[in-house]
Amino acid sequence: MSRKIIALLLAVFMCLGVFAGCNNQTNQNSDKTNDGAQNTDSSFKVGAIYITSQNDTAGYTFAHHYGITTAMKNIGLSEDNLFIVDNIPEDKTQVSNAIDTLAGKGCNIIFGISFGYIDAFAEAAEKEEYKDIIFSHATGYKSNETNFNNYFGRIYQARYLTGIAAGLKALELQNPSIGYVAAYGTEYAETCSGINAFALGVQAVYPEAVVHVNKISTWGDETKERQAAEALIDTYNCCVIAQHCDSAQPQKVAEERKIFSCGYNSDMTKESPNAQLTSAIWNWPVYYQTAIEAAMNDPENFMENVGIYYGGLKENFVGISPVTDNCAEGTKEIIEKVSDMIISGEWDVFTGTKLSISETGEITKVTAATLDNTDSTVIAEDGTMYCYVGEDEDRALSASDASGIAFEHDAVIKGSMNYYVKGVVEG
Amino acid sequence: MNIQIDALNTVTMFLFNIIVYNIVLLYGTVGEIITEKSGSLNLGVEGTMAVGAIFGYLMGCYTNSMMIGILFSIISAGLCGLLFAFLTVTLQANQNVTGLTISTFGVGLYFFVGKGLGDNFPAMSDYSAISEGANPIYIPFLSDIPVIGKVIFSQNILVYVGVAIAILAWVYLKYTKPGLKLRAIGENPAAADSMGVNITLYKYIHIIIGSAIMGIGGYYMGLVLRGSFEGSSCWTDGYGWIAIALVIFASWSPAKAILGTIIFGFFNTLQSRSGSLAQAFPDFLGWLKDIPAQFYSALPFLITAIVLVAESMRKRKNKNEPSAVGINYYREDR
Repeated sequence: MSRKIIALLLAVFMCLGVFAGCNNQTNQNSDKTNDGAQNTDSSFKVGAIYITSQNDTAGYTFAHHYGITTAMKNIGLSEDNLFIVDNIPEDKTQVSNAIDTLAGKGCNIIFGISFGYIDAFAEAAEKEEYKDIIFSHATGYKSNETNFNNYFGRIYQARYLTGIAAGLKALELQNPSIGYVAAYGTEYAETCSGINAFALGVQAVYPEAVVHVNKISTWGDETKERQAAEALIDTYNCCVIAQHCDSAQPQKVAEERKIFSCGYNSDMTKESPNAQLTSAIWNWPVYYQTAIEAAMNDPENFMENVGIYYGGLKENFVGISPVTDNCAEGTKEIIEKVSDMIISGEWDVFTGTKLSISETGEITKVTAATLDNTDSTVIAEDGTMYCYVGEDEDRALSASDASGIAFEHDAVIKGSMNYYVKGVVEG
Repeated sequence: MNIQIDALNTVTMFLFNIIVYNIVLLYGTVGEIITEKSGSLNLGVEGTMAVGAIFGYLMGCYTNSMMIGILFSIISAGLCGLLFAFLTVTLQANQNVTGLTISTFGVGLYFFVGKGLGDNFPAMSDYSAISEGANPIYIPFLSDIPVIGKVIFSQNILVYVGVAIAILAWVYLKYTKPGLKLRAIGENPAAADSMGVNITLYKYIHIIIGSAIMGIGGYYMGLVLRGSFEGSSCWTDGYGWIAIALVIFASWSPAKAILGTIIFGFFNTLQSRSGSLAQAFPDFLGWLKDIPAQFYSALPFLITAIVLVAESMRKRKNKNEPSAVGINYYREDR
């Protein structure tokens, strides 16, 4: 008997809990509508598919969610016009279902933030019933002429700048060993171009420096990131740790070991106040605002107006966090000069022209081929970029048969870069 | 390019890290062994550890005392155990389902509390007693011995507590009268009941103690990760599930759990250190570098799968798995 009473009581409490939840939600909704009083076009609906939860407080999904909500706020769209399907793994059926859900809600533009959504997006964009919806896919490489684009940023430009900060610090400490905790290595052009740009930045100021890369083979795992950073410091006595992974653990390790660090994704100075040099950061609202505005104003010509979007320093899509006092003297001025060169289009990272920066801060352009870490030419002096192609086991370059692709920066993003430049060592 | 590497230090740090990042498994495993010996299969290890981790960490920081942190990890995880015991022992709910519920609930609570604090989440570096407590201890002379000094005598205090708990649990189960009664309950509760053992009390106590031990493990992991709340992955990220498999690996013996933890930890640590080992010993271990990193990620789980298969195939003379594990005891069914 008593058991029944207890069960009944529990059931009552659960019901109360549900009601409490409902109340909260209605309150939130009414708050939102109040905020979005200055709606420009209240019928325009934005859809988004996330790989993890929209409630994340850090990491990849958080960065995109922040980007989309900030852009919508800037445009004057209410948050009620944003429809999200989250926790969607990179599984074609599930992504297709999510697209159907969002299309059913009447979304005018649908963003997919994870690479593996690519096929589901490409397929949906071709469907007759979805021809009025714009599909926008991050980090991918597929697109069509009318309503399907992909977007990503030239984060390697920001990484080059953080590399300069790291190199100057290493030079000051006379320690040529720099560590880099990477999610992946040559498997993805994204990680690989980031590592190479960072290393080239380091070498511009400290040519003898070596960048040691430790891969964790996942985009984010706090325990693994921490262990990888510790391994780099223990083994190679690294004086600076940079990272391409989600959490701030490598920064924390640098702080504890009293060395220096370059963060990623957002300004990580608060995680490592005494170690942080500068972080390579994303400004996702820049793209989302561009895309949503274009889709609102002129959906017919979205591909002409926005198209395949790879913004960089120039668009402020990527950047670096403020250079801290932990940096070597003169770091800020040098970085500003190089940054201006990239923004003005005078120079870029993978061009066959390298920068040589003296201790006094003089920047000289040197026309020199970039070698990979097996001493083969990967970017020729004329800017032609070669990459490993096919399944050649000895990873020979395709340069000999002249099938190297003419340089275009999009190749770095689209996925043809698959080598490390000289001075990068994995392990 | 000649890179100078201190080979001895590389090995030392490899062994050191096996302990640092895997002792949490010992806590989870010993806690689960005690629970299972009472005939209850608690699949809520992951959630229980997460709850112990977050409340232990927060209270420890707020009071700037590691002891209070440990105490609250015990209390909060113990409450998870109490909930499990109440549902499965008193209300006779299905143990598997309840355990899974506790896991989901615990991890959810972890994020709920952590995210709820937002920017107010305490940073460990602001609390001297906690950040010092998380550092390795120094024992005069012993800590100075090469290799062993670092690996065995320079760990965090909670590492030694974990090993002590494992040994105590082993002695308790094997050599004490209450331990014998507990094993009887796990094997045949009806027989134990007819002997006059208070089944409900025994189950409650041991489920709660088991959960409390898991909770300390969670707190330890929070300290190892320096209380960095990321909001996308939990401090106990998957360790709780591996601990459940380690129980079988250790064949329900807390002493063997120590060995299991080290073996498992060895494979777990290879991923981040294989490159270092390959650089330090290019002749013997250079091949480590050629193995894809993804393989290292999969390795711990591969080992777990192999162990589970091997265990199920072994013709054992003395069966260690409690016969009544997972089955609720209802006196009137006798």
